[in-house]
Formats: sequence, C-alpha cells, structure tokens
Amino acid sequence: MSEFRMPSLGADMESGRLVEWLKSPGTEVERGDIIAVVDTQKGAIEIEVFEDGVLEEILAEPGEEIPVGRTLAYIRAPGEPAREQRAAEKPKPESEAETPHTPSTAKPTPSATAYPPRTPGVHMTPAARRLIAEHQVDPSTLKVGPDGVIGLSEVKAAIGAAPTPLEARPKSKARGIDPGEMRRAIAAAMMRANHEIPHYYVTLTIDMTRMMNWLAARNAERAIEDRLLYAAPLLRAVALSFAKFPDLNGTLENGAFVPADRVNIGMAIAVRGCGLITPAILDADRHDIDTLMTKLNDLVKRARGGGLRSSELSMGTATLTNLGDRTADGLMPIIFPPQVAIVGCGQISERPWVVEGEVVARQLMEITFAGDHRASDGRRGAQFLSHLASLLGKPEGL
Amino acid sequence: MSADNEVSLSRAEAMALLGQMILIRRFEEKCAELYSTQKIRGFLHLYIGEEANAVGVMRALSPNDAVVATYREHGHALARGLPPGEVMAEMYGKASGSSRGRGGSMHIFDKKHRFYGGNAIVGGGLPLAVGLALADKMQKLNRVTCCFFGEGAAAEGEFHESMNLAALWQLPVLFVCENNGYAMGTGLSRSESETSILQHAKSYRIAGEDVDGMDVVAVRAAALSAVGAIQNGGGPRFLENKTYRFRAHSMFDPDLYRQKQEIAQWKTRGPVVQFSKWVIETQLLSQSDIDGLEEEAARTIDEAVRYAEESPWEPEEDLERDVYTPRKVEETAR
Amino acid sequence: MTARTITYRDAVYEALREALRGDERVFLMGEDVGYYGGAYACSKGLIQEFGEERIRDTPLSESGFVGAGIGAALGGMRPIVEIMTVNFSLLALDQIVNNAATLRHMSGGQLSVPLVIRMATGAGRQLAAQHSHSLECWFAHVPGIKVVAPATIEDARGMLSTALADPDPVIIFEHATLYNEQGELPETDDYAKDIESARISRTGGDITLITYGGSLQKAMAAAEDLAKDGVDCEVIDLRSLRPVDDATIMASLAKTHRAVIVDEGWRSVGLAAEISARISEQAFFDLDGPVARVCSAEVPIPYPRHLEMAATPQPDKIAAAAREVLRR
Repeated sequence: MSEFRMPSLGADMESGRLVEWLKSPGTEVERGDIIAVVDTQKGAIEIEVFEDGVLEEILAEPGEEIPVGRTLAYIRAPGEPAREQRAAEKPKPESEAETPHTPSTAKPTPSATAYPPRTPGVHMTPAARRLIAEHQVDPSTLKVGPDGVIGLSEVKAAIGAAPTPLEARPKSKARGIDPGEMRRAIAAAMMRANHEIPHYYVTLTIDMTRMMNWLAARNAERAIEDRLLYAAPLLRAVALSFAKFPDLNGTLENGAFVPADRVNIGMAIAVRGCGLITPAILDADRHDIDTLMTKLNDLVKRARGGGLRSSELSMGTATLTNLGDRTADGLMPIIFPPQVAIVGCGQISERPWVVEGEVVARQLMEITFAGDHRASDGRRGAQFLSHLASLLGKPEGL
Repeated sequence: MSADNEVSLSRAEAMALLGQMILIRRFEEKCAELYSTQKIRGFLHLYIGEEANAVGVMRALSPNDAVVATYREHGHALARGLPPGEVMAEMYGKASGSSRGRGGSMHIFDKKHRFYGGNAIVGGGLPLAVGLALADKMQKLNRVTCCFFGEGAAAEGEFHESMNLAALWQLPVLFVCENNGYAMGTGLSRSESETSILQHAKSYRIAGEDVDGMDVVAVRAAALSAVGAIQNGGGPRFLENKTYRFRAHSMFDPDLYRQKQEIAQWKTRGPVVQFSKWVIETQLLSQSDIDGLEEEAARTIDEAVRYAEESPWEPEEDLERDVYTPRKVEETAR
Repeated sequence: MTARTITYRDAVYEALREALRGDERVFLMGEDVGYYGGAYACSKGLIQEFGEERIRDTPLSESGFVGAGIGAALGGMRPIVEIMTVNFSLLALDQIVNNAATLRHMSGGQLSVPLVIRMATGAGRQLAAQHSHSLECWFAHVPGIKVVAPATIEDARGMLSTALADPDPVIIFEHATLYNEQGELPETDDYAKDIESARISRTGGDITLITYGGSLQKAMAAAEDLAKDGVDCEVIDLRSLRPVDDATIMASLAKTHRAVIVDEGWRSVGLAAEISARISEQAFFDLDGPVARVCSAEVPIPYPRHLEMAATPQPDKIAAAAREVLRR
C-alpha cells in the first residue's frame, strides 16, 4: 500500500485546495493517470499518479486546503491483498528533500562574519570619546575591553553609572530623566547588587537629642524657608565620616577596590513613578551645613521635577538613605553598585534611654551601615558608625 | 513517414532513435514524479512530446560539435550523451551532478560533450552559439555549433542580432527553432506578427526549412542535410521544427491557455507513438525490441536515481568556489 | 478599525485594479499578465474585467515593451510595465537607464516620464544563478528614477497609487517570496502610502537593524531571537531605496549607536555599502562600533537549498552580526 501525497508543483506552492477527485475508490489507476484536480494561486492543476494499482481509500475531501506532502489517498499495488479501511492517519510531515545542515567545521568565510579582522591595538569609538569629553573622564582611568576596544560601556563603567544596555533618552529641551527608564535602571542595579554583593550590616542607636536641640535653637532665629532640617547636619557628619574612612568611600571594579578622591554622597530621594533615585551631592564633606541644606533642597526639587544631571547620578562614591519622620525605626539598605557602602537612617523617635544610670526620654535614631564584605568587614563598619555617632553627638563641631 | 526515409534507416539506427526517445520520455516522467515529492526543486521544464527534435538533430552532429540549448534541455543533454546519472544528480543538486549541483534543471553544462547549457534567459544562448561558431571559424576548426531555442526567442532582440551576425560573418551555426506554439502562456499568433520563424531567418538570408518536429526521421534527415551544407562552407542554416509539448510550460502551470482537445490531437501524432508504429509496420523492429528498449530505459533511470540519491552534497565551506579561476600556485583565500 | 487578512499577492491585485478603475490612462503591459493571469498570479481576472487594450500581453521583448512604456508615458498614458523578474530587466536596462532616467534632464525639463515598472526580485526558491538576482542597487544608483521596495502588505497595497501619481519613473520591487505571505490590511478610505520615507518596524534601544524588501521578515525574526537575550533591536524598513530616508536612520543611530544593515544584494558595491557611507558621514560621532553588513556571499546564487541558504542573509546570521557589533 503506498501513499499518494499532495505534490509540490512549484517553488512557492505550500498547499493546494482539493477541487475534485477524478477517480473513485476501487478504480484501477495507471501511472500517468490524472487522479484529482487541485486549485492553487495560479489556477486549477491536474495531478497524476506515478504508479499502477487500485485507488484504495481517499483521505481528503473536495474543498479542503491540504499542505504539500500530506497523504491524500492510498494506492494498493497490483496483487496486494485488500485491507480493512483504516481511520484517517495523522498527517505526516512534509517529505523534505534531504538537505543536511552540515555544520561547517571549517573557518567561516570572510563574508560570514560581520567585520574584517581589526588592526591590533586599542581602539576608541566616537561615541565613547564624546562621553569622555562630556564627563571630563580621565582617560587613564579607562579600562580597555577584552577585544581591545574602549566603547560606551567602558566609559560608563569608569564614570560609575551602571552600564545599562538601555540608553534611550527622549530628546527634550531640558535634559531630563525618563522615569520609566530610571525605574528599569534602578531595578537592574538592585538585582545586581542583591545578587553579587555580599552585604554585612552593623547597627547603632544614636542619641540625637543634642542635635535636635541645637537645630531648634538655630532655627528659632530664622525664617521658615531658611530653616535647617536634621538631614543637613546628618549629611555632613556622614560625609566627614567617609572622608575619615577612605577605604569605605569608592568603587569596586573587577574585584579591586578603587578609592575615590572625592566624597560624593548619593542621597536617596523618592520620586513618584521612578522609585528611589540617588543623585549625589558632590564634595559633600567640603560644604558647611547651610550650603548642604540649600543643595539638598535644590536636589530634591530637581529630582522630582526631572532636572538632574547625569553626573549627579553617576558619580556617587557612597550613599545615605534617610527614612525621615513617621516611617520606620530602621532598615537594611542595599548598596548601589559599584559603591561599597551605604548608610541607612531610621526615623527619630522619642524612646526610653539610660543616661548616667537613669531612664530618660531621648530622641533616638537607629543607623545601619551596610558594607560590601569584599571591601571591608564588620569591625570597620562598626568603627565608622562609632565615629559618626561621635560627630552627631557634637553638632556644634560640624 | 515518407518513403525515402525507409531506405536510409538501418535497424541499429532505428533502435538508437527510438531508444533515445523512450529514455528521454521516461526520464522526464520520472523527473515529474521526483519534483512532486520535492527531490527536485526550483523550476522544472519537461521535454515530453518534443523528443524527436533533440534526438533527430543530434544524430547529425559529431562529438566535437557544440550544442547550446535552453532551460528545457534534459532531452538534449541525454541525446548528446551526457551520463543520465550526472544529469539526475544535477537535478537533485548533488556534488556529482553535471554542473556540480550548482545549476539544477535549467543549467546543465558538460564541457567534455561540448554541451553549453542550460540557459534560463530566453534568447540568451543565441549570441553564445554565434560566438562559439566564430571561434571555430577563426581557428579554422571544421566544427558546427547547434543552437536549440523556442519560438518565443524570436521576439527577443538577441535573436535578431544573432541571426544577423551569423549570416553577415557566415558562421557555422545550425539554428534549430523548436516551435511548440507557446511561449509560457502566450500563443505564437499573439506574439509574432510574422508567425513563420523560418521567414525571420530568411529575411537575414539564412537558408533553412520547415520540419515536422514530431517525426524523428524527418528531423534527422533535415539536420543531416543542414549540417552537411554548413560543413561545406555554406554559412549558417535554420530549421523550424513544428512540435508540441504535451505538458505545461513548467510544473507549476495550470496550462489554462491551451485546449485539452488540441493537446490530445498532438498526442496522437506524438514522436514515440508515431515512430513505434512505423518501425513495427515496416518490420524494422519488433514489439519485443520496443519492450527491451523500455526495460533498458527503466533500468537506466533507476540507476540514475540511485546514483543521485547516494551522491553527496557539496559542503557549505565550498560555497564561494568557482567564481574565479583559482591561481596556479595557491588558492587565494578571500 | 476593521481589517482584512489577505495575501501580498491580493494586495498587489487590489492596487492594480483600483488604479485601472480610477484612471483610463492606466494600463498594464508585460509578459503573460493577461490571459495567463500573471507569472505570480497578481493580475488574474484583470483582462476579463478591463479587456485586451488595457491589459496587454507582450512578446518576449523586454527592451521593446519597456521602451514602448516609456514612449507611452511621454505620449500621455500612465503605463504600468511589468517585467517578470529583475533577471529579465537586464535586457531592458538601456531603455531604463538611457531613456526613462534621462529624458527629463536631457530635454531641459520639458519631458516627463510618468512610468511605473513593477518587477519581482530576489532569491530563496532554488531558481539558480540566472533567476535569483537582487539588483535593486543598480537601479538605486541612477538619478532620474525612483526605486521602492514594499515589504509589507500595506505597502504592496498603497505604494502603487503614489507611484502612478508621480510624474517621474518609479520602479517597484516585489520580493518573490512575499507573494504568498498573509497579513492584515486595515480598512481605510485611502490606501495610499508615500514612496520616500522609511518606517520603524520595531522600536528598540540597543542596536538598529536596517533593511528592505524580502529581508525585513528575516531582520524581524533576528530581533525576536535577540530579545530573548535581552537585546532590544530597532528595525528600520527602508521602503524607499532611492531616495533613502536619512533622517529616520540617523535619528535611530543617535539612540542606539550601533547598526547592522541587511541587504540581499551581493556585499561588494551594494546598497548596504551606500547606507553605511551615509551613516559614516552623518552619524559618525554617535557610533559605538563599525557599521556591519549582512549581505549575499560573493557567488552567483547556487541551486541546492543548503548552498542557497548559505549564500543569502538569514536570521541567524543577522543575529550573530548584531551580537558581534554589541561586543557580546
């Protein structure tokens, strides 16, 4: 019993619509007999059988669209005994001509690769050069890629920005940040941080009573818009602490810690639609509290209004995240790679404390330092917090 | 069949003529089957019905003459003596094919047999034939170039340019127009103001004759006469063979432009049918001779198919070979 | 908005029919366009509807009937000349390049040749060396003619009317493997599409794939594949090969900084080379790597399937080139 299949009649014939059978089951057929008519995009074509025999069973009905290679009927060879009618068989796959996909083990021909071989040496792309100029990157800090190229990704790594594949920015007059893109970038960075960085945490509860009293006294003499929030002295104290602990202020690249020569503290700011972004206040250790307050206000405004500069987003050397009032007591912050440290502050709340053997109500704040264990260890983090606590305890010294 | 033909035809010759026509017929039928099962791909143009032309004309050519044909050239290739296995392997695209599998059905080439294709552009072979003949004449080689083409080519400018050049320079070309009445879907009367292609040739002062292309004996006789004239320095010659293809232009053609009646009528005068009848009537051959020829054809074709099936594919690494002639000392890597 | 699912072939047919109905000066001329219904069945039924005067079967005389088309256009008609495939257009190159492209200029602006030529093009059906050319770049080289490559059903439907309205010669390339493709055609009152702009087929931010015609689907397939690896491709369908829409290309590169051009013509001296030169001229400083090209190998198209595939652009090769450009 042999199968009569829908023939291929042309290079672009994928299927045909059966119009009619010209022979009925039980009829004898001879090689060359026209057995059916099939409709194609070019018109109706007669199809023939290539063997002698008896048309045993037809499987397709007029009107059906049948792919090339599918069985249309069975033909019993002369002398073969008749068989019981069988149920329509599952369609067989098209009988493809045997085309071996001999995987080429030889070298691909030059036309098969995208580029001709490059001359040896280091090459810098035009886009990379432009980015270097824009950010005033010191070319000696650039790492060359394994293929000998310095491209956008190498420059971004040097700048400190997470080299996200997406750089699409809407072309707007104000060089603003696209919130959707920011969120994705942050998410990517956080996933990476969580995955790659071995965090350790140390926590200290700090008595902020003196600080708050000192602030209240200073603010009493000021107009509302000039008043200081505790975020400003907190920032200064944190910045000075990082200046004192240079092994915690910098970035981790290719497994090696690179200390930064500036203290740029990233401030975690909540922006609707973006989540938390961390633009940096550059040289935070060099500014007094008032200047820092102004900068903070300006930063928050621009962060929420879409006016941040890319350098602010990419040049942080450590980060401070301050939950603020009426939030939570403490947090376990996640480091923003490629930084190696982050300081997280809970709310200031009035709690019982022990001073000189007496239980008293004090303004307390829980600060958690998270460090990258590849760059430092818990003892170092603890020392950092201890120093920070002493600075915050003497606000007039800030 | 005219009476004078009986005299010049030996039994051996009759066997050769009929055997070749049967071989071509069955080969083409096999190709149709293989195409519908996708062993042969691309385009397939069958010679069924026109066998007498290739077979009859080839009898008049010697091995060192040249042949140029069209994309409907399987019959010409077989009649010329190309090994059927290589032709079939070429149709499959295998490395052992006549053209290394690179050309397929429309581009069968064989330098040993001076078989120059296999040309897929209508009319494209005529200037080539003129050139081959020109080379022979300039080198004082007494060879003939035989150029087969369909009547559709007469509409192309290249036909006219080729006729003119051949006549002007008195080149040893035998032009054989296989007029099957249809250029793909367009009938002759709808595309030619002068439907006698022979008349076209005559307007270029090329001598020739009308031939019944369904009668292999008549074709052979006309070819012998024409080749003889060319070899005697008579310049180009032209044969217009009236013939008919029993199948559509190619496999994917519903053949809606021809009447079934017309096809049936031509089939009654088919070359194999006609000649078989005649050799039996004149007792030149017996029915068992004919059966023997059929069996031999079947064996040859089975062998050819097996050869093609078992032949290897060309490896992909060789993709860019044979674009330029390799240098002698080393292959240049590009 | 409702839409119909039709084939590319149907779209061409509808465009032809609309043109013939809309303007008496329009007629279709070419080999087997009439009673045969068109070599690719695009004009089936038209001769029955419009008659032999307006649907003209020609002999095999490309130079003759293309030249006649030029003359008819000069003389006030609006011919659509169908050359069966670009492979046969070589016989008519003299008429196209020396007449159609030049008459306006040579006559000092007096003469106009409002001619439309349609041709099938491309490889992929194992038709071997003489039937598989992609020679769009030859035509795109010549000032005086316009060259378009509808790659989508909307463009197959919409570019013809715009081409017919153009006072200058327009050549429309239809990739032969597209005729059977099915797609959605949104219903509208006006199907016309412009013939000079490129279209963003897929937006993305990491790399730009630039292509046309039969290679668009391959580029889109490569983009899908790359998306699984987190690579976000922008795909540009050039649509118009002469003129080229530089603005769309450069805007994309300002965003992605990387480009791969996919062109079924042979690599050397081709369309991809032209686009690459333009990018170098106009977007050099945006580039984060050299522009890559995926083209046909330097070989006449071979018959066997595996060699034809190896010789022509394929989605896996496009994706591989993109990865190389992205340095992954």
